[in-house]
Amino acid sequence: MNQYAELTWQGLWKNNPGLVQLLGLCPLLAVTSTVTNAIGMSLATIAVMIGSNATVSLIRTWIPKEIRIPIFVMIIAGFVTCVQLLFNAYAYGLYQSLGIFLPLIVTNCIIIGRAEAYASKNTLLPSVYDGFIMGIGFSLVLIILGAIREVLGQGTLFDGAELLLGEWASSLRVEVMQLDHSFLFIMLPPGAFVALGFILAAKNSLNSRMESLVEPQIEADKPQRVRINKVS
Amino acid sequence: MMNNVITKNGLILAGFALCVTMIVAITHQGTKEKIAEQEQKQLLKILDQVIDSTSYNNALYKHCVPVLSEQFLGSKEEQRAFVALHNEQPVAIAIETIAPNGYNGNIDLVVGINYQGVVTGVRTLSHQETPGLGDKIEIKKAPWITTFNSKFITKHDDEQWQVKKDGGQFDQFTGATITPRAVVQAVKNTLVYFKRNKETLFMSTARCGESK
Repeated sequence: MNQYAELTWQGLWKNNPGLVQLLGLCPLLAVTSTVTNAIGMSLATIAVMIGSNATVSLIRTWIPKEIRIPIFVMIIAGFVTCVQLLFNAYAYGLYQSLGIFLPLIVTNCIIIGRAEAYASKNTLLPSVYDGFIMGIGFSLVLIILGAIREVLGQGTLFDGAELLLGEWASSLRVEVMQLDHSFLFIMLPPGAFVALGFILAAKNSLNSRMESLVEPQIEADKPQRVRINKVS
Repeated sequence: MMNNVITKNGLILAGFALCVTMIVAITHQGTKEKIAEQEQKQLLKILDQVIDSTSYNNALYKHCVPVLSEQFLGSKEEQRAFVALHNEQPVAIAIETIAPNGYNGNIDLVVGINYQGVVTGVRTLSHQETPGLGDKIEIKKAPWITTFNSKFITKHDDEQWQVKKDGGQFDQFTGATITPRAVVQAVKNTLVYFKRNKETLFMSTARCGESK
């Protein structure tokens, strides 16, 4: 596999930030009550990841090892602030509905994780691509979770899309099913945990099925890949 | 030797801090006007919902009077009231208020009241009430908040100004009484405040954002 195909595979499936590394759970669980929120958060995260990976990769040879973390943090914080200002200016409604979670992207471990693990060791293009594809991987989880919660919780899809995309998008709203009462549990954070649990289970079962198809029972004794589980 | 490394690293850090700050400052400069414009648009949109925009002809969002009353407006901080005039004659006012006793913290409201003391509209600005239960105070979720329209108070302890459960005229929601109770009380308090300060509110030359 060439480098980019490998990165894609890693970002979208094998090492998906949301499902395997389990990084960035705080925004993941908090803002995914609707698809629109999930998409807005995705865009912001992808933008910050591309920006921070690119910058870190460009300056990686100049920064002393001892102070790389504070520098990464500063770069990420700078990007997040810029993205926040841009959202505030051009997507005001969404800026309000994402609320505190937009500035909290700073604390999202995926971003510093990728800066440290990948961008600080690789050249510009692969780093940008890594930021992009990891962002996409994270976004897919956000959007799937958002869709599940929005359909079950309030029976709609793309509710409030006009906040993100302008007035024309209000026609995107789909009434999937008519609910007399909204399903409160699924809209609150505990519902997000449960939904994420189901997605994880589905991913793992798909994974083991795929593995048993591709490479039947050779690697049973191999040590497990080390997971990075951080709370963010 | 050790000192040298520290100095060098410190300088590099400072350099980065400077660069990042500069980039943020530039973005801030570039988006400042747009953000102010968005905030103003948002404000106007809400004011339009609580005061009929054909009833006045002044620049409503500019005629902003600071108001302060912990007892009636629920906050120790100064809040804003927007005065609507038609050919310099007072028509209506939109007062920002807080219901401090929501189910989950403060509920920010804006109450439109015409010169006669009749409610022209109430909107929820922000809240943290339970989604699906208490959030019916948002116009997006339910029309409940419009039940205040054309209501007024006859006396300060008007017992009509309560939820039905407490013997008043306003519906509570299934599963959520505390939220509507807090909102009803806050709107009523705003009306009381308006009654007591009517003349000063319309006459006031003080403007928001100016020091007293």
